[in-house]
Amino acid sequence: MSDVPMSDVRLSDAPTSDTGTPLLRPVARPRPPSAFSNALVFGWRAVLKFRHVPEQLFDLVMTPIMFTLLFTFVFGGALAGSPGDYLQVFIPGILVQTVVFNAVYSGMGLSTDLGKGLFDRFRSLPIWPLAPFAGLMVGDILRHLIAGGIILGIGLALGYRPEAGVVGVVAAFLLLLVIGFGVGWIFLVLGLLLKTPTAVMTIGFAFLFPINFASNIMVDPATMPDWLQAFVDVNPVSFMTTAMRGLMAGTATVGEVALALAAPVLLTLVLAPVTLVLYRRR
Amino acid sequence: MDAPDLAGRPPAVADSVPLAVRARGLVKSFGTMRAVDGIDLDVPRGVIFAILGPNGAGKTTLMRMLATLSRPDAGTATVMGHDLVTDAHAVRGEIAMTGQFASLDEDLTGRENLLLLARLWGFRGRAAGARADELLAAFDLSDAASKQVKDYSGGMRRRLDIAASLVVTPGLLFLDEPTTGLDPKARQDVWRMIRALAASGVTILLTTQYLDEADQLAARIVVIDHGRKIAEGTSRELKAAVGSGFLHVALADPARLDAAATLLAARLGAVVQRSPEGARLSVMAGSPQAATEALAALIAAGIELSDFSMASPSLDEVFFALTGGGDAAPAQEVRP
Repeated sequence: MSDVPMSDVRLSDAPTSDTGTPLLRPVARPRPPSAFSNALVFGWRAVLKFRHVPEQLFDLVMTPIMFTLLFTFVFGGALAGSPGDYLQVFIPGILVQTVVFNAVYSGMGLSTDLGKGLFDRFRSLPIWPLAPFAGLMVGDILRHLIAGGIILGIGLALGYRPEAGVVGVVAAFLLLLVIGFGVGWIFLVLGLLLKTPTAVMTIGFAFLFPINFASNIMVDPATMPDWLQAFVDVNPVSFMTTAMRGLMAGTATVGEVALALAAPVLLTLVLAPVTLVLYRRR
Repeated sequence: MDAPDLAGRPPAVADSVPLAVRARGLVKSFGTMRAVDGIDLDVPRGVIFAILGPNGAGKTTLMRMLATLSRPDAGTATVMGHDLVTDAHAVRGEIAMTGQFASLDEDLTGRENLLLLARLWGFRGRAAGARADELLAAFDLSDAASKQVKDYSGGMRRRLDIAASLVVTPGLLFLDEPTTGLDPKARQDVWRMIRALAASGVTILLTTQYLDEADQLAARIVVIDHGRKIAEGTSRELKAAVGSGFLHVALADPARLDAAATLLAARLGAVVQRSPEGARLSVMAGSPQAATEALAALIAAGIELSDFSMASPSLDEVFFALTGGGDAAPAQEVRP
């Protein structure tokens, strides 16, 4: 706000009427909002995106439906004897895979915003500097819940039965959100480093495909060559999948859940500060 | 509308009000390139102040530093009385910046873009909507309020982008090349908005590559090139340094070029620039009268002209005149 007294500003001469030309009142700054309120505003923006970019929503809805149906009916018989038996091991795994893949959206969104100069405006505002990232996280959580809900719904309709019931499913979804949160940092860093959203997607997928397929999500690792088994055994995605299966079946041990949490926690501890430094440096 | 936070503030006293911008020795390098190479700047409050320079002169880099978007490598500055580096948050509370490219969310509607910013500034509920609608009306965008920004024309985007900077009336508004890429009508609209804002008391710091834009709008102009300040003054002062215009002549007989150049240099007391491809000469003329006299002298000397014109100095010519040659100078020249 200026200390100089202001008069009304006449900015447009187009829609003049008897009531007069629209005038832009000079307006002073309201009471500064809290960091939490800033974050909520960016969360609201993430929700608006769902409404305005239906192709992304389509992608978000169709991909898990397609993967779940194709794997269950095309490979299920060969891999587990019958599609019904395959569902019991596959549903928790495809949940992990979907969340890990969906984390790429935030990075792409960030790269788009940076390319358009939108973040310059955000950075020149007197707001909590991390609020835009919190907004991206809100978008992520919504995406994970939508995709996860769809997969679970299809699974249940086809005969999947989580033995641990509602409690097990809720626990598994909480783990899922932690996984999504942890993996999300990888793509935020890529989004800050790479110039175009396409580059974020290409590099992201080049890394996501092997790490998801070379895991215990789709196939029993016992059938794989030894060297690959050695990788699958230490692949964080395998730990996540094992814990998800355990939580939904009611057999999870503390150790399994701890192993599943290790990668997301480590990623957050290392990449959150990196994200902040990269963001400030720009 | 929420209650403004002005209640406890003492009224401003004119002579205790600090400059809008006071910068000393600002430096910013990218690799080995010094994009801004030691610039001092004093921008008084309540004026339109232009930073004029060609592409790559360092205008945008300088502005981004002053808008807290990038940190100076050296030098100090206060913006609206707050230290740029140690008190960036306070600076951000009093400035707004409209970048060279519309910094809008293309997927959202015009109104949603403004709502987003209004809420970030702290307007709640209906107050945010009311402010968004006010801005849309003032910038003649009410009809496009619920259209996605990706369907906006260039001029509409620019207007929305400026509106987005005025959600809270800033003390200091940065406009980075506000009319680059706009058609003449949209350009006039933006100029009118800038003048109206300045009249309401907002200090405006704009960059431009157009001499006429700086001339039309700014009370004071700084000319920069290669990251350095090469001139500063009012439009009138700069023009006096450059002369009111340039005289361009084309000769019927290219063989007389040397004779004509010598004569013009002597008559007008200025450096004559020779176009490499044809029999054309350009020279700064102090006034139309001086130019007319020089033309008469050419004719008197029997040098026949195929064409002549008098034009306002282009930016190149301003640089040529201000730097006394240097990089803007053509290959050949004749000095008086």
